[in-house]
Amino acid sequence: MANMSPKKVKMPEQDPFVRAGNFKEVATGYTKEMAMEEAERCLNCKHRPCVAGCPVAVRIPEFIEQVKAGNFEEAYDIITSTNSLPAVCGRVCPQEVQCEGVCVRGIKGEPVGIGRLERFVADYMMEKGNIKIEKVESNGHKVAVIGAGPAGLTCAGDLARLGYKVTVFEAFHVAGGVLMYGIPEFRLPKAIVQKEIQILKDLGVEIKTNMVIGKILSVDELMEMGYEAIFIGSGAGLPRFMGIEGENLVGVLSANEYLTRINIMKGYLEDYDTPVLKSKAVAVVGGGNVAMDAARSAKRMGAEKVYIVYRRTEDEMPARKEEVHHAKEEGIEFLMLTNPVRIMGDEDGRVRAITCTRMKLGEPDESGRPKPIKVEGADYDLEVDTVIMAIGTSPNPLIRTTTEGLEANNRGCLIVDENMMTTKQGVYAGGDAVTGAATVILAMGAGKKAAKAIDNFIQRK
Amino acid sequence: MFRIVKKRKLNKLVFLMEVEAPLIAKKALAGQFIIFRADERGERIPLTIADYNRENGTITIIFQAVGKSTQALSMLNEGDYILDVVGPLGVPTHIDEGVKRACIIGGGVGCAIAYPQAKALFNKGVIVDVIAGFRNKDIVILEDEFKAVCNELVITTDDGSYGKKGFVTDALKEFVDSGRKYDVVIAIGPVPMMKFVSKLTREYNIKTIVSLNPIMIDGTGMCGGCRVTVGGKVCYACVDGPDFDGHEVDFDELMLRNRTYKRYEDSCKLMQD
Repeated sequence: MANMSPKKVKMPEQDPFVRAGNFKEVATGYTKEMAMEEAERCLNCKHRPCVAGCPVAVRIPEFIEQVKAGNFEEAYDIITSTNSLPAVCGRVCPQEVQCEGVCVRGIKGEPVGIGRLERFVADYMMEKGNIKIEKVESNGHKVAVIGAGPAGLTCAGDLARLGYKVTVFEAFHVAGGVLMYGIPEFRLPKAIVQKEIQILKDLGVEIKTNMVIGKILSVDELMEMGYEAIFIGSGAGLPRFMGIEGENLVGVLSANEYLTRINIMKGYLEDYDTPVLKSKAVAVVGGGNVAMDAARSAKRMGAEKVYIVYRRTEDEMPARKEEVHHAKEEGIEFLMLTNPVRIMGDEDGRVRAITCTRMKLGEPDESGRPKPIKVEGADYDLEVDTVIMAIGTSPNPLIRTTTEGLEANNRGCLIVDENMMTTKQGVYAGGDAVTGAATVILAMGAGKKAAKAIDNFIQRK
Repeated sequence: MFRIVKKRKLNKLVFLMEVEAPLIAKKALAGQFIIFRADERGERIPLTIADYNRENGTITIIFQAVGKSTQALSMLNEGDYILDVVGPLGVPTHIDEGVKRACIIGGGVGCAIAYPQAKALFNKGVIVDVIAGFRNKDIVILEDEFKAVCNELVITTDDGSYGKKGFVTDALKEFVDSGRKYDVVIAIGPVPMMKFVSKLTREYNIKTIVSLNPIMIDGTGMCGGCRVTVGGKVCYACVDGPDFDGHEVDFDELMLRNRTYKRYEDSCKLMQD
């Protein structure tokens, strides 16, 4: 008989007051007993809606059956047969709109905690050590992957499992992409990311860091070097700004810069050299996960006041509910229906305040969300010394502008066909470089799809 | 890991290093830069490529040991390795065809970046005058190197302890007033120097290229830290530059932005003292 509790087994978490002062992980993870109890809530439905809801089609009921029985190694093998980064996905996937969003248990009560179980299995195996790697015999074909983020790593892992010799070229000094520079330590420990990447290296994936493709080597040169297909997963690099007055004052920065300083450059640790602004009052502009990450990081860096400034209401915020909930618990203040119109500086050119205008919601716009409309005569000033812009990014043009025959749409996103192939023969792309800023798991799904298409392409040749 | 094959001290704070980086050396062009990280805990610091040798697969960097990261780099010796070097980044300097006479102006350690510009133009047959400015005699660098790649070299020092007393702008004004017609001026050095050179050349209506050195992390357009206002538009020095039209750059804003982390660096230095 299944565990019919309407609620998930509670995830142990650090106390909000304590965690707002440290960078340790917020959710500390299930124990073996908790995992087995939660697994009992799965009904093992025949029609498996959860599998269809997963962008990388993890065989969810099968792995949960193994968790129920305490066979965690078997559970891990089932997960990793379709997902290269389970410890990452278990933590950062928006399960509520994917697998868990369609879980039958969610009709009456909470869905099965699929993400939590996936994380438990991956953590359990990494903790235990000696994960067995079955190296596949080489098929003699070479593929290059540009960008060691979620899309590139997934594509590389899948191709390596098929016997391809895969080389990943990464611009930064360390692999991981947004998993390293963007998502903070308290949500996704960097040691975990590196462990999952090590498993890919053990599978035979070669990763070359400090390689900015488009500069040091072009896509065409990679082709000449004997790579038979190329996957571009270069991400959505360029941060957007609002174009308002005062945006270049000292103390206005993109979420990318703020998070990169803290995460990949480890600016939050005393013994690392990269400086991070020691802010007292911070306004984070935006309502997505990146905005939540920046706000919660600012709090941990010692800011007394941290505001989320968002022009619609909480209902329209693209951030995950869980992130919003955690941010509120940690004392982040949410200023909804608020839009900055001007940033003001002191005599040294440092931010001293922002002028905000109040908004109201109008008819739905092209995004389907109600359009925010300015309320006249309702401007007010908010005293802050730092403004972090988290209003999205657009794809990095470095590769597009240095590769003949690679076409992009008017937003700079690479154009691909239904098989993820770009307008250049043998060159595939996926992730934010194609979609614009999206999620880790969607990028992974794209990398997976591209790997399959690349395999078909090379085998047909 | 990138091996240091040669190290030379150019003055008490400025060092030259030739570093093995064959792929970068193969592609590098004048005006481009690299980003290095000396060790695991170090910052990512951009440095312009001062020279390259495609056959030997090496690039040359020249830097002043001013902050913690450049000091760490200066402690490394021949045979040691720099942890990370990424490049070549940025857009190479673009000089219009038909340029017959150019004036290259370097200020202090900026001369390291002015040098490859002078060399590239001189080798193309352009008449090149170089004005190299320093605070005093003790910190003069690259005198012989410059002499080999220009038609005339003027060294200025603020205190008159070497060469001509005065600023680079004084020497430039003298050249122009004596009738030399420059198609382009390239000015590389401290921001105030580039600002005043650009101000002068605007009066004379001489096209002026400056190489900017804003705060930067990734160097690929991702962080937006290096944004500068050029002609009223926001540009990213790492991908749109580092060269810009000196008459269009908002130098005052750049000076303010470059001081963003000054107070933290100062406290770092205090701890070391």
